[in-house]
Amino acid sequence: MNRLTFKLEKRLTPSPVMVFIIPLISVLLALLLGGIFLVLTGENPLTVYSLMFVDSLGSKYGLTETMVKAIPLMLTSLGVSLAFKMKLWNIGAEGQLYMGAMAATWLPLTFPALPIYLMLPGMIILGMIAGGLWALLTAIPRAIWKVNEIITTLMLNYVAILWVDFLVYGPWRDPEGSNFPITASFAEAARLPGLGDSRVHTGLFFALALAVILAIVFKYSRWGYSINVIGSSERAARYAGMNIKRNILLVMFLSGAISGLAGMAEVSGIIGKLQHGISPGYGYTAIIVAWLSKLNPLAILIVSVLFGALQVGGYAVQVEGVPAAVATMLQGAILFFVLGGEVLTNYRLKLVSQKGEELSK
Amino acid sequence: MSIQEFLIPLLAASVIAGTPILYAALGELITERAGIINLGVEGIMLIGAVSGFMMAVTTGSPWLGLLASMLAGGAVALIHAFLTITLRANQVVSGLALTIFGTGLSGYLGKAYIGIPVEKPFGIIPLGPLADIPYIGPIFFQHDALVYISYVLVVIIWYFMFHTRPGLNLRALGENPAAMDALGLNVFYLRYIYVMAGGALGGIGGAYLSLAYAPSWLENMTAGRGWIAVALVIFALWNPWRALMGAYLFGGIDALGFRLQVLGYQISPFFLQMLPYLFTVIILVFVVARQKGRLTAPGALGLSYDREER
Repeated sequence: MNRLTFKLEKRLTPSPVMVFIIPLISVLLALLLGGIFLVLTGENPLTVYSLMFVDSLGSKYGLTETMVKAIPLMLTSLGVSLAFKMKLWNIGAEGQLYMGAMAATWLPLTFPALPIYLMLPGMIILGMIAGGLWALLTAIPRAIWKVNEIITTLMLNYVAILWVDFLVYGPWRDPEGSNFPITASFAEAARLPGLGDSRVHTGLFFALALAVILAIVFKYSRWGYSINVIGSSERAARYAGMNIKRNILLVMFLSGAISGLAGMAEVSGIIGKLQHGISPGYGYTAIIVAWLSKLNPLAILIVSVLFGALQVGGYAVQVEGVPAAVATMLQGAILFFVLGGEVLTNYRLKLVSQKGEELSK
Repeated sequence: MSIQEFLIPLLAASVIAGTPILYAALGELITERAGIINLGVEGIMLIGAVSGFMMAVTTGSPWLGLLASMLAGGAVALIHAFLTITLRANQVVSGLALTIFGTGLSGYLGKAYIGIPVEKPFGIIPLGPLADIPYIGPIFFQHDALVYISYVLVVIIWYFMFHTRPGLNLRALGENPAAMDALGLNVFYLRYIYVMAGGALGGIGGAYLSLAYAPSWLENMTAGRGWIAVALVIFALWNPWRALMGAYLFGGIDALGFRLQVLGYQISPFFLQMLPYLFTVIILVFVVARQKGRLTAPGALGLSYDREER
């Protein structure tokens, strides 16, 4: 029998049209799937989505909040994308963010009277070093023995969050904070200035600058090129004489340092103190943002705003009694569709006759 | 303090705390033996926990809850199977997507069930005369039915994998799928089966938490146990017996923290909670380092199979 069937044929080069269209369609399909799901659970998807949209992008306040959420997403996404470029699966941005926030907090708590030109740079450096070292803890066994970094980075997330909890519930708790798990508020010199009088802070410029730097490094530098080679073929990189172990350590440290900076920016720019639960999972959302952006630093900036909006929208629907988890669910669904869609970027769908197959069996 | 008062209850608690990890690890073990890495275990467990709980609360039967958790776990694993086997998507990212999706979905579905008690959780059934054996009885045979089923499951999976023809095929599937294909076995179909079976076991692992261990539903109640299960499979060198021992070891660490607190040791509860995660990292590094990086991982693990590239 001459049965017709679909077949995937590998494209020689990824389709440039698909590279742009797939993420867009993925987001739409995820929203559609989410909509069906909302209907099934007795919600009106139009109400929920319009609420999410209006509250996150439809007003000045909403836009501000979206940007506030986008900044840590930009930074953590840039951080993980650097590691992902080398196929180092750093899933630990969340923990690196917490450690960065913790180390940055130490300075204003210990030396509250430092002038701003010492305080802010000091907090930045401490935050980056702490985030970097936290990542390095997993990079060392990865470099020497190939210990799976996915598991170790993820496990250290839990440890970092518990460590911060220990501090804010214990030794670092503000004695005048009426028993809340928060540290004392930072001095004005320890606060990243806001843009105008909004909650959007100058941490945004860290993200913009880093994105540009990374884009240049990836595109023009020898080092950026070698990271790419190691990522696509370790063997080829070894033959070319690239130092893989050193690059694993370096890339993981930098990746963690950038997420550490995200933590510093969060406590210094937004919260003004260290407290329990400073991140609603930015480090995990970063994985999706990075992948959706195809690890392109400039695309990350835009996609982060979209996911910042999704985060804000998630909070907004809670007012209507819809769990905020709907945002997390949508994030996962978007990634599913992007992954599924990638097949169309790399393969061509062809209708073929299965006759040949049948005969050979 | 005597052995009866401290060690026996601790070991018994290790078995209970280890059981959800054991189910999830066994599921991941057969998935990886078939050549597919599924990093969505955490999400699968959460979906299993919430769906099992919802079903048990609605119907009043923990067994129907268990069934629901298996079906739900298998169903979400199907997404991973479709993406990685048919569409050849990156297995690492697909698994992460599954974990994020599962966290969101379970949080969404379970919102209305937080704080609700389950009428009939899995209760303790002393296993006849076995329960009366000194030391052994209280440790292994005074638990709920799911613990006993997990013992049987380890034996079945071990026997299946190492002493049956389909089991040999399973192992070959992860080592050399092209050879299996040449022998006329349907690589795609078989991998689907094992990924879904693995998902169903992960679902049971979740249901154990919400229907026996806790028993209640809490957002994110797995608290990383799915990831510990993934680590455990490496630690177990893809062997079900080692997975059993490993699961109880992790269960023991979990239970120890709680018991030290009860005994009045002045250790911050935050540090005690860190123990399982730190322990996972340390033991993973130790085991892998001892093998000098040459793990006996299935040869084709994580690679998508493309007939054209044979």
